[in-house]
Amino acid sequence: MSYIAKPKIIHGGLSRNELGLTIRDYEGGLSTLCAGCGHDSVTAALVQAFFELNVPPHMAAKISGIGCSSKTTAYFLSGSHGFNSVHGRMPSVATGAHAAHGGLSVIGISGDGDSLSIGLGQFGHAVRRNLDMCYVIENNGVYGLTKGQFSASADKGSKLKKGDINELPPLDPVQMAIVQGGTFVARGFSGDKEQLVPLLKAAIAHKGFALVDVISPCVTFNDHTESTKSYAHTREYYHQAVHVDYVEPREEIKQKYKAGEAVKVDMHDGGSVVLRKVSKDYDPTDRVSALQYVNTRSSKGEIVTGLLFIDEDEPDLHTINRTSKVPLRDLPYERLCPGQKGMDKVNARYR
Amino acid sequence: MQDKENRLNNFVIRLANVNGTGSASANNLLMKSIFRMGIPVTGKNYFPSNIQGLPTWYEIRVSGDGYLARAGRTDIMVAMNAQTYGQDLKQLDSGGYLIYDSSWPREKQFTREDITVLGVPLAKMCNEAFSNPRARILMKNMVYVGVLSALLEIDEKVIHSLIEEMFAKKEKLIPANKQAIAMGKEYALEHFNCPLDTKLKALDKTKNHILIDGNTASGLGCVYAGATVAAWYPITPSTTVMDSFKSFCKQFRENPENGERDYCIIQAEDELAAIGMVLGASWNGARAFTSTSGPGVSLMGEFLGLGYFAEIPAVLIDVQRVGPSTGMPTRTQQSDIMPAAFASHGDTKHVVLFPANPKECFEMAINSFDLAERLQTPVIVLQDLDIGMNDWMVEEFHWDGAYKPDRGKVLSEKELEEAAAFYRYLDVDGDGIAARSYPGVHKKGAYFLRGSGHNKFGGYTENSDEYQEVLDRLLVKWETAKTLVPKPVLTKAKKKTKIGLISSGGCDYAVLEAMDRLAAQNIFIDYLRVKAFPFTQEVEEFIESHDQIYVVEQNRDAQLKSLLTLETKATKDQLISILDYAGMPLAARVVVSAIDEHLAKGAVA
Repeated sequence: MSYIAKPKIIHGGLSRNELGLTIRDYEGGLSTLCAGCGHDSVTAALVQAFFELNVPPHMAAKISGIGCSSKTTAYFLSGSHGFNSVHGRMPSVATGAHAAHGGLSVIGISGDGDSLSIGLGQFGHAVRRNLDMCYVIENNGVYGLTKGQFSASADKGSKLKKGDINELPPLDPVQMAIVQGGTFVARGFSGDKEQLVPLLKAAIAHKGFALVDVISPCVTFNDHTESTKSYAHTREYYHQAVHVDYVEPREEIKQKYKAGEAVKVDMHDGGSVVLRKVSKDYDPTDRVSALQYVNTRSSKGEIVTGLLFIDEDEPDLHTINRTSKVPLRDLPYERLCPGQKGMDKVNARYR
Repeated sequence: MQDKENRLNNFVIRLANVNGTGSASANNLLMKSIFRMGIPVTGKNYFPSNIQGLPTWYEIRVSGDGYLARAGRTDIMVAMNAQTYGQDLKQLDSGGYLIYDSSWPREKQFTREDITVLGVPLAKMCNEAFSNPRARILMKNMVYVGVLSALLEIDEKVIHSLIEEMFAKKEKLIPANKQAIAMGKEYALEHFNCPLDTKLKALDKTKNHILIDGNTASGLGCVYAGATVAAWYPITPSTTVMDSFKSFCKQFRENPENGERDYCIIQAEDELAAIGMVLGASWNGARAFTSTSGPGVSLMGEFLGLGYFAEIPAVLIDVQRVGPSTGMPTRTQQSDIMPAAFASHGDTKHVVLFPANPKECFEMAINSFDLAERLQTPVIVLQDLDIGMNDWMVEEFHWDGAYKPDRGKVLSEKELEEAAAFYRYLDVDGDGIAARSYPGVHKKGAYFLRGSGHNKFGGYTENSDEYQEVLDRLLVKWETAKTLVPKPVLTKAKKKTKIGLISSGGCDYAVLEAMDRLAAQNIFIDYLRVKAFPFTQEVEEFIESHDQIYVVEQNRDAQLKSLLTLETKATKDQLISILDYAGMPLAARVVVSAIDEHLAKGAVA
């Protein structure tokens, strides 16, 4: 990490978004992660995604658990509230925050340790509730802050720097999220910003639970030749199944797609995603075939990326709950309290 | 055995049933009938951790004098469960009455000379009168209520109107139930000397009172507090807190036109998630709470520490059950006092409230939100199963229309706009509490909340001085808490005394009854019931002004006494424990005999 304070200089040449903000307004504190850490690239992609989506920073809420990945909520959107909670429990905090006010853009940052071991239960239940949030797993197969133990996403046969070989099968958040009823399931790579930014934008725009599993190599503990989560390995086995273009609400779809090559899905925010099928036999709107495709390719060691499954029609938590249009936390007390009139009814019931 | 002449409006009926046979509604009918005759009454359900087939007892104490604690005796036993018949027979006090189903012959050894046995062929009568097999089982309960109505002289009109209310939505069932009552009544009038000496006489002592359990009152309190987010995981004996909240929300918080809800209840995947959701919602500005029991408090520990250190309001209602471990989930205890006060690792302590009856469950539910938001910290309401799940006679609830929630120091959009800068953990007025901001209100309000070391400006720190400054400020806040929590209730003895007694929560009724009985023996004791931790100045003063203080509580390890020793000037020798922790609600006689015994040993009187 660097010890130089981050100067905030906005020079005139920087472009501004619809809110008149520059990309610098979406940045955060200086990263304390190792130089070259994949997570810093994810942070940069998030900064760009929020900037391009014209989200006012104070209307976003950043929530994380514990670990290297969870620290990164301090490194973007310094104009947003951040909540660095406890290990593996980010989903529950996000659930409560979202319950209180469904109008905020909830961004959860987690890692493979945080989400796939201690937090596996909460992860699964956030998917199941179709909580309207963007859930990013910065996945590197290793525990960084405790100095290099395998995580649950480590591939079978992969080797630690110290020589230990992982003999257990990996947990794949993408396959799990598809099975658990996830409505937006994507995988990206921290080394491919061109793919990652539109994926994040679509995930943030999605109404419901959006998982973006990002392979984000750990340069210190898991970037060696016998690792399957290294930059080199990921690049070699990287396979983009579906490319996504996020089209903003008022924007026109300019690009021409050949018939059968692309699928357009309308989003709740009025925008749309155009899924370009890089693999001809892939249907990202069909849960079973999506799962089969990812599973088959993964078992051959390929890292399948892209927006792998999407369903914009499933109701989210607030829709299912029929929550009032006014966010719960903004409801005036007078509307919440039944007063003496209510009390008379209660007394009559227990007399 | 007590004096015969003393039994008018003063006795205990115990009904031994098999769970899952529909006895609960009949027993409730019996109790409510007595209540509506104007006679003070309480009902206790001793039930198994099971759905069907195991023994369950319902105990009704009738007390014209208004004593509501467990009496610890049985004057009338309705022995409906063959499995526990021997035990039930044994438990009946000398001179009492045993009612049993005489459809089948009884074993000879199951008899006693010092009681009166009243056999009623309940099954036989029901088999003849009803054709539906389920009705034959259910109606036996109604028949014994009918029998009791003749033996005790229960007003028939009261029973009938209650049946009509009970089955208002299933009117078809009314005639059969009335018939069953009549069958029992006729049988008793024909075969027994009615009424018994143990009987009822209408009074006027239940006017403006209701019969309600603590959990229902807590759920109602959360509605009146303006709580909008609730997250929970089912656990006995706290589940009915959320049932109550849900039911009142359905009644009062749903838009009749479009069904929109002014609340969100989430059944979480576990207790850890439940408290996480509460913290997330509170951080985002909603009044949020969870309800749980001891095992849940253990699981919530880590998050409670985060709430304490990162200063997030949260309300946790803990309905205590018997521990340790799974313990006895359907039995009562006060064994979460220390675990609640110090839940979580590190230097952590929490505000704890101790309601003693359903009325206080209601009031403290509301108060807990005010305290949590004012103090920006988790507040734990420590109920116990006896208060939470049993029916108590309390004054009708009245609502103070002037009440406004205390949302604490929260900066508005305008205040943030006008502020030069905002630092989340900067205490500017010396009460140990800094202002907070909700997400999404104003761009100047943004801050980063963390459970890791932070300085007063909200920045991450590993600097010793900065860290300690924040930790020490939390102690200033703790002192502020002492001035805000509910003050204890002092019940002074009729004569000046240096002997005191401290207790809390569900022990209250038994202690009050014990104080009267001791006074009748010329033993005078001042009684202080603590309502909150941290202890207030009044608690210190009480300790200072009494040489010897009994501490009555329902746990083995004297947790309340330990807390008093730790947090007040009380000396260990000054406090004398009276402990009762086998899972039954406290009875006055336990307190009386413990004090009698202690004083007989030559202690000061």
